[in-house]
Amino acid sequence: MSGTTDWTRRTAAELADALATGEVTSVELTRAHLDRIAEVDGAVHAFLHVDAEGALAQAAASDERRAAGTPASALDGVPIAVKDVLATEGLPTTCGSRILEGWIPPYDATVVARLRAAGLPILGKTNMDEFAMGSSTEHSAYGPTHNPWDLDRIPGGSGGGSAAAVAAFEAPLAIGTDTGGSIRQPGAVTGTVGVKPTYGGVSRYGLVALANSLDQAGPVTRTVLDSALLHEIIGGHDPLDSTSVDLPVPAVVEAARQGAGGDLSGLRVGVVTELGGDRQGTEGWQPGVLARFQESVDLLVKAGAEVVEVSCPSFVHALAAYYLILPAEASSNLAKFDAMRYGLRVLPEGIDNPSAEDVMRASRDAGFGDEVKRRIILGTYALSSGYYDAYYGQAQKVRTLISRDFEAAFEKADVLVSPTAPTTAFKLGEKIDDPIAMYLNDLATIPANLAGVPGISVPSGLADEDGLPAGIQILAPALADDRLYRVGAALEAALASQWGGPLLDKAPELAGGPA
Amino acid sequence: MPEITRDEVAHLADLARIDLDDAELDHLAPQLSVILDSVASISAVASDDIPPTSHAIPLTNVFREDVVTPGLTAEQALSGAPAQEQQRFSVPRILGDEQ
Repeated sequence: MSGTTDWTRRTAAELADALATGEVTSVELTRAHLDRIAEVDGAVHAFLHVDAEGALAQAAASDERRAAGTPASALDGVPIAVKDVLATEGLPTTCGSRILEGWIPPYDATVVARLRAAGLPILGKTNMDEFAMGSSTEHSAYGPTHNPWDLDRIPGGSGGGSAAAVAAFEAPLAIGTDTGGSIRQPGAVTGTVGVKPTYGGVSRYGLVALANSLDQAGPVTRTVLDSALLHEIIGGHDPLDSTSVDLPVPAVVEAARQGAGGDLSGLRVGVVTELGGDRQGTEGWQPGVLARFQESVDLLVKAGAEVVEVSCPSFVHALAAYYLILPAEASSNLAKFDAMRYGLRVLPEGIDNPSAEDVMRASRDAGFGDEVKRRIILGTYALSSGYYDAYYGQAQKVRTLISRDFEAAFEKADVLVSPTAPTTAFKLGEKIDDPIAMYLNDLATIPANLAGVPGISVPSGLADEDGLPAGIQILAPALADDRLYRVGAALEAALASQWGGPLLDKAPELAGGPA
Repeated sequence: MPEITRDEVAHLADLARIDLDDAELDHLAPQLSVILDSVASISAVASDDIPPTSHAIPLTNVFREDVVTPGLTAEQALSGAPAQEQQRFSVPRILGDEQ
């Protein structure tokens, strides 16, 4: 790790240690990250809103707790960025949409409340595809985020802002949300780590819902251990979320530390044939991504794991099921943006004394972007009588088949692996008006959301064709999130020793520019 | 091959209370047909005996104790309102001209 005086290059675990030994204060390292944001975010555009004043005040309070010998958590004083889909009291929350421009929530999401209680200064809110619909952040109403590895490329989506902030060393930690891969796919294409916990493992209270039965918030970090430390803080039962699982958070930090030792003896790893596991350069799978995946699998074997091939035949229908279930739930969720109680209100032109419905129609047309409109209309269609059984009803049955495939696969293997995304980051604009091409990016990540199982994406290296990061996805049975961390940490250690350091050390220096 | 016509899109947009203009309808209708075509295969996948899954992790009857807890104040609840009057949300007329 270069530049030992540059606090932004350190991992969250290292920062926590430096705070504990008094080597640095939270104010100093929060200021270092704010300076970094001012320096590079003009080029990256990871943030929609930066709260320098609030972050420094929280940092000062953290330093006082530390001085009094009463730190609130292992990460007290380590700053964090939060995806703009989570409600933050007193801080704008737009979900990347015009319809929420200027809205300031009167309450905190539970995840945000837990971050505050644990003492993590909140640097700001990160960019995202509008209402988390997309795989590139190009659907943000406030302009795209740029991939720190190549500013002409997408940082993934929908949580491209959180991933890019962490990859560009603007924040050591971030929160993302994952409905079909929005934490894991950005992780893969930016060379960072992202975790989608078990459905119900992290509270959804205050998370503006895209698809309630699929959404899950989770950590976005540069290392597996950092994700575990953050997972421990945000996870656990919340009475404000009726789908929250009333069980203790799995021992994720312990698993990450144990995994870093590198011994995976006795572990059974299932390579999923239908998710690039046949290693053929079949349609849509980039050879360089598959090559890095194979190398990672070989390293798992070297660490003592046994590899088995597993077939999950229903996974080929996952994308279709997802693009019926998600729009259906989204069309219902987004009905609340009615221009009556909060958000944008637009008066229609050419109508005297417009009715509430006229105002709703005009406001929703002006406030929602193309992708949101596409999905609302598709969802309205899928839920309408006459089509319900053929589409939405069938999609729910396919969901059952996918869960059964997972159950069968987890009989044969302790964890499943696949490449996280079929390709490296594509160019900004390349797929913006081709929804199907965009959707295919989530091919490998969607099954986990449909079945509620946890997944992690860990950097697997750079693809030969373009020198851009690729990721490997590890999936575990529901509630066994600790396995992700054990395997992820072991792989991360093996890969780092091969590369001679973290993958992000290979990323190009970002030129400083006006923010 | 399923297809959503331009008229159907206009009807669906009406149901969803989105005022699409002609250009948007021209743009969205063919895209929606392509999307629908790509997901249509699903209608033949699962047989009748497969139960549907609405939630991956089934939980039923989640209750809390029936105790009063603090909620938002009227001021907080109204803080994002486009218009307000006498501690209430002020909205455009909700009845038709003739009513």
